[in-house]
Amino acid sequence: MTENLNVFAVRTLTQKEYFAPGHRACQGCAEALAVRLVAKALGRNVIIANATGCMEIVSSPFPFTSWRVPWFHVAFENTAAVASGIESALKVLMRKGRIPHKKIVTLAMAGDGGTADIGLQALSGALERGHDFIYICTDNEAYMNTGIQRSSSTPFGASTTTSPAGKVQMGQITWKKNMPAIAAAHNIPYVATACPSYPIDLVQKVKKAADIEGPAYVHILSVCPTGWRSAPELSIKLGRLAVETGVFPLYEVERGQYRLNMDFPKLKPIKDYVKLQGRFRHLTESMIDEIEKRVHQEYEQLKEKAKKGV
Amino acid sequence: MGKRVGMEVSIAAAEAVKQANVDVISAYPITPQTHIVEHLSELVANGEFDAEFFCVESEHSALSVCVGAAATGARTFTCTSSQGLALMSEITYIASGLRLPILMIISNRTLSAPLSIWNDHSDAMSIRDCGWIQFFVENGQEVYDHVFVGYRLGEDRNVLFPVIINMDGFILSHVIEPFELIEQEKIDQFLPPYQPVHRLHPDRPVTMGAFALPSIFTETKKAQEEAIRSSIPKILETWKAFGDMTGRYYHPIETYKAEDADTLLVTMGSCGETASVAVDKMREEGKSVGLVKIRLWRPFPFEAFKEATLHSKQLVVIDRAISVGACGPVAAELKAALYGEAQRPSVYNFVAGISGRDVTPSDFIKMVDKAEIEIEKGNKEGYEIYGVRG
Repeated sequence: MTENLNVFAVRTLTQKEYFAPGHRACQGCAEALAVRLVAKALGRNVIIANATGCMEIVSSPFPFTSWRVPWFHVAFENTAAVASGIESALKVLMRKGRIPHKKIVTLAMAGDGGTADIGLQALSGALERGHDFIYICTDNEAYMNTGIQRSSSTPFGASTTTSPAGKVQMGQITWKKNMPAIAAAHNIPYVATACPSYPIDLVQKVKKAADIEGPAYVHILSVCPTGWRSAPELSIKLGRLAVETGVFPLYEVERGQYRLNMDFPKLKPIKDYVKLQGRFRHLTESMIDEIEKRVHQEYEQLKEKAKKGV
Repeated sequence: MGKRVGMEVSIAAAEAVKQANVDVISAYPITPQTHIVEHLSELVANGEFDAEFFCVESEHSALSVCVGAAATGARTFTCTSSQGLALMSEITYIASGLRLPILMIISNRTLSAPLSIWNDHSDAMSIRDCGWIQFFVENGQEVYDHVFVGYRLGEDRNVLFPVIINMDGFILSHVIEPFELIEQEKIDQFLPPYQPVHRLHPDRPVTMGAFALPSIFTETKKAQEEAIRSSIPKILETWKAFGDMTGRYYHPIETYKAEDADTLLVTMGSCGETASVAVDKMREEGKSVGLVKIRLWRPFPFEAFKEATLHSKQLVVIDRAISVGACGPVAAELKAALYGEAQRPSVYNFVAGISGRDVTPSDFIKMVDKAEIEIEKGNKEGYEIYGVRG
């Protein structure tokens, strides 16, 4: 029960909003919710570098802004580099006495395209250099801002505008790139996965990422009703199903130690998850079985790592 | 007077960056820019220079780091060449649009293909329209001096533009030249720490880099365009202040024996010095030839250029780059600048010295002779690539 409270008691969060209402995100956008929770977790002493993408577009049509904290957009693929610049400027300006000493969190934020595809090089560079910053990937599993094109984070079988379900090809033919594992391979102090359907878990992870010195990577699954062809009111439910089916397990890698935050002795059937999404509606029974097999296999591998603690 | 020393130009450039008390430096190695970053690394490693210096994984990130740091209120520096500049070109436009006073030295080098590490201006021309203040320097001392000029100018609240110093790769970057170094106290007075108008800081949250709908985009571009054009008086003022401090006065257009000349050679960058030797020789032979050197490339000094050239009969313009399918980019610019004048000189264009091929004084003489013959024949606005074999 205590654990459930920990996971679901959203009212224990601050009432303050740093990502203001009135932005232009779609109905049921779980990414906007994720960003709102991240902003709540970090409070006012933060500087955000935001990649080009949905969150940038919905929050900053000049002369309006949804940001009550310092916020910077430069380009699509370089957010980790921009954050590196912000972090090092803060460090050197404090050292030289040009701005007062205080803890300011540098946060880089990008979607799955800006992270797993075009931004991967800049991200890898920044993680390797060890800047003290948080990188958040809000993963809605395709290029939603430009009209639902496939990315390397799009799951197998999903139909997008560039991986359509056609007569000979049934949607995305490749498997989702494992970004948290790539981040963890840089031996950074903290990697975590989160989902706004579990708000307290998400907030705690972001806070932990802020407290840890050095780079921290948080990968947030963000349901996108527009791109997933799902009902806007189902976004929270779909996020939970992603976790409960094992499609998107919630875990942390702290100094190399894997920990599964929520374990399910019996995972829910994949069918429960895919049947609510138009992007999967063309899937055959055998494809669903294939996905389930792979998901279970990867879930077991993750459990093994968590058991061994490596 | 400052200390006179002999030094490699890239080393002197790095020493200038140190003397300018730069806060954040980010770069990626590429020939012929490497000696600058190597020396900066040494200075930081030996504790002689307090800066955040890091080598990133690409030039694209190098400039992105500078953009992030400059927006946070730091004085920033990067340098590159050729392919590196091409890779970072996306961010050059953004740095200018965001009005961040970053300083970049480009050791000018050819753009591939074929791959070539040697000098020409094709890299600089690829980002001609990116909205930075762009200088072309003639020798090492000018590189050193323009680091201080560039920061003071770019950071001026009435300017706020990033600044490029173009220096010819190898021809300048790798040679040892005499330098007059400026005393640190003088530099500290000339160049106080950077005080940004806005910076990313939680005490005063700002949104930077918002996107513009068509209803506002044109207005923002107009503001940028007007701001860079109206920076010319500030550029002149900064050079004047620098000259008063050091005795070295700079101008947007430099001339040599040009006032009474019928034919004017026009150059940009280090080949101006070689051209002046050619001018002396031709003058000895009684020919009416002078030299015009373009130092300020953007914003283009239309008035100063016209003042220096309108009295002449013909310009022989040397381009170290090709706008493939058109002509030399400098010549095209100059023709446009002169077009509105009722009485204007002919503009004969040579592309010469691309990919590091030497242009000697006798080459300049040959080009002047050829241009005069062609113009005489009626080919008044000719264009050719000089010295092609076979």
